[in-house]
Amino acid sequence: MDFATILQVLDSTVRLATPLLLACLAGLFSERSGVIDIGLEGKMLIAAFASAAFAYYFSQNPVAGIGPIWMGLLMGVLASLAFSGLHGLASITFRGNQLISGVALNFLASGLSVLVAQSWFHEGGRTPSLPDEGRFDGIVLPGALGPADAEAAGRPLSELIAQANPIQQIYSELISGHSILVYVAFLMVPATWWVLFRTRFGLRLRAVGEAPEAVDTAGVSVTALRYGALVIAGVLCGLAGAYLATGLQAGFVREMTAGRGYIALAALIFAKWRPWYALMACLLFGFLQAIALRYQNIDLGAFTVPVQFMDALPYILTVVILAGFVGKAIPPRAGGDPYVKER
Amino acid sequence: MAAPEQTRPAIELKGISKAFGPVQANKDISIRVMPGTIHGIIGENGAGKSTLMSILYGFYKADAGEIFINGTHTEIPDSQAAIKAGIGMVFQHFKLVQNFTVLENVILGAEDGGLLKPSLAKARGVLKHLAEEYELSVDPDAKIEDLSVGHQQRVEILKALYREADILILDEPTGVLTPAEADHLFRILEGLKREGKTIILITHKLREIMEITDTVSVMRRGEMTATVKTAETTPEQLAELMVGRKVLLRVDKVPAQPGRPVLEVENLRHVDESGVERLKGVSLDVRAGEILGIAGVSGNGQSELLEVLGGYADATGTVRVNGQEIPLSGPGSDGRARRHGGIAHVPEDRQHEGLIMPFYAWENVGFGYHDDPRFNRGLLMDNAALQADATDKMKRYDVRPPNPWLPASSFSGGNQQKIVLAREIERDPEVLLVGQPTRGVDIGAIEFIHQEIVRLRDSGKAILLVSVELDEILSLSDRIAVMFDGTIMGERLPDETDQTELGMLMAGMTGATQSRSQGAGHA
Repeated sequence: MDFATILQVLDSTVRLATPLLLACLAGLFSERSGVIDIGLEGKMLIAAFASAAFAYYFSQNPVAGIGPIWMGLLMGVLASLAFSGLHGLASITFRGNQLISGVALNFLASGLSVLVAQSWFHEGGRTPSLPDEGRFDGIVLPGALGPADAEAAGRPLSELIAQANPIQQIYSELISGHSILVYVAFLMVPATWWVLFRTRFGLRLRAVGEAPEAVDTAGVSVTALRYGALVIAGVLCGLAGAYLATGLQAGFVREMTAGRGYIALAALIFAKWRPWYALMACLLFGFLQAIALRYQNIDLGAFTVPVQFMDALPYILTVVILAGFVGKAIPPRAGGDPYVKER
Repeated sequence: MAAPEQTRPAIELKGISKAFGPVQANKDISIRVMPGTIHGIIGENGAGKSTLMSILYGFYKADAGEIFINGTHTEIPDSQAAIKAGIGMVFQHFKLVQNFTVLENVILGAEDGGLLKPSLAKARGVLKHLAEEYELSVDPDAKIEDLSVGHQQRVEILKALYREADILILDEPTGVLTPAEADHLFRILEGLKREGKTIILITHKLREIMEITDTVSVMRRGEMTATVKTAETTPEQLAELMVGRKVLLRVDKVPAQPGRPVLEVENLRHVDESGVERLKGVSLDVRAGEILGIAGVSGNGQSELLEVLGGYADATGTVRVNGQEIPLSGPGSDGRARRHGGIAHVPEDRQHEGLIMPFYAWENVGFGYHDDPRFNRGLLMDNAALQADATDKMKRYDVRPPNPWLPASSFSGGNQQKIVLAREIERDPEVLLVGQPTRGVDIGAIEFIHQEIVRLRDSGKAILLVSVELDEILSLSDRIAVMFDGTIMGERLPDETDQTELGMLMAGMTGATQSRSQGAGHA
């Protein structure tokens, strides 16, 4: 495996880790506040659909002054927020079972997205392919080689990068050229850490997931804090879904989240509900997906590792991790329990 | 300060009423608490003490009545309002975030701004000051889960003081403390009183009321039955006011006539699921016609001792009943085998281990008798026989109401305990294990339960009593063993020891005399 290939795998690791990371951080906020969020998958899926559908609609019917992609992103986030609100209503206000509520959201998203897509676009439950203005472009960082350089030189970008010096190669291939949501996702890691451990909101959020009665008796509303956490989770899931449909791919297809919400949950447990560990865990899962994508059949001489195995690898790892292979992960103590005032 | 200020009550409640469905928890309660005093509120479980205080702290809203704080009519719709009015509350079950530091717990909800750093720095200074003023020293950077219960309670008091509370309500504060910790708490409260703070102490322990309060109010069935100056009353009078009839405070019993050892335990060791050794070589014996009381602060291995002897935790070591060794792990070591082997068990946690709360009383009375031929007809259970048997037992054990068709959850704590006692004592066991027999039980029922235990002793059975209530241990036991950190610290005779000496042993400090059973354990 040469240097350029390694770089390409790592580059696609970053891209594939991005939706996982956003969803994982969404789960982190939600679960740190004591609300189990198994509905990450559903929120991502509905956001993916809404962002693709509206990005397409506004690319056909442009609104002056605002790009269709931004309208798509906004609608994706709103859709995810609406689902978050439903989850909150069921599990915070009405003290329902958080797992059931989350699973219901997943089913709802799975059915609703395909149904509406079919009714609007008549393409078998998918949205039409998004034109360029309906997608997120890569951002070329200052000094990095980008499509403009390739055009000027009249050669493919990959060739241009391969001939540059190693530092320029890393910079141009791995660090530069991603869509804005990738950078947002990675910046969310230190931001989440800072909010959790350095601000009043973070202190209260962590407290409400551990001992809501302590928060309540201190005169702070448990309900408001948990809704606050769900709003943040909704926005992050919205970004994750929008990235899937408008960054990673060009449009919505049925079940396009493909279990990423569950993988994000596994990563969250793996990360022991901490932001920096979450980054590591999501990069690991992203790397496995990148490997599976690039090496469909790995030839080991004596036998060939089939493509199905490579595709299943991230999921197998999830099971291994959830089986407690990584040691003891202590979840927030009040996770899953609706708060009922007691003397 | 002007003279009228002195006579104005810090808290005045007028005509407070609160109902939960058909249950009237508080009925037209009026009370005046004078500033700078310690005011006790005493009453049986369910008398409405906690409800009243929860109303004062904004947890519940009263159906009727008014609250005056320092003479001002005050609405307290939530805890935030109570804090603003200068009320601090130390709950029976602490409201602390276990994996937060002391500082973080103190500032939670009382932060000065969006960022934590300035708040933490300020709290560190205030805590230092409070520690010096009131003997309230706690390491501000320690995690709550690493602190002793006594220190956790100090954090709760610090939380209230940090919010500049002038009125401090403590709900059953000594239930979880060693006698030494309780003494320390009382010194803290005296100090707070000297500084002009008003303290309300909710308790069911008469001794504490007599020791520390200036005034005491008695509650019974939701009503305030009396408010008296502590100096002008007696424990007997208070007990009568609480229960509504004369109560025997001491257990009436003749000296024990102990026979041969029935239960012999040697070098018992038990490691729990997380790998912590909970029993570190416990040796003891209980003779026929004797009550051996195990004293200790909860969490020092008493529960595990009961679990091992009761047959639902594995252990190593030797246990003999009437000279016959019984297995401590593997086949024949379960609860059923224990019961057939003559060990009956009244578990500590009545609601989880002693009863199935949603099941009918007769089903609960019948547990453990399902293989008894009296209650079987071929493949089927003879439910009619079980029901008749339960009715009979409930009558004899004074379970009120004696209705076998009520679920266990609808009985009061004392009557639930009588159901368990009836089931276990009627097995006619050689050994009876009893854990916390009167936890959450009314004074009236305590009397009955103690009498039943003594009656069983007098019929020549061996009784192992575990209780965190030292008064109970002292008055019921014929011999006392003190447990600390999974070992027996020593044995004492109730007539030759007192609360202070037992308290030292419970805190892990060895007295002058060599412990008999530890000697045996090492032999």
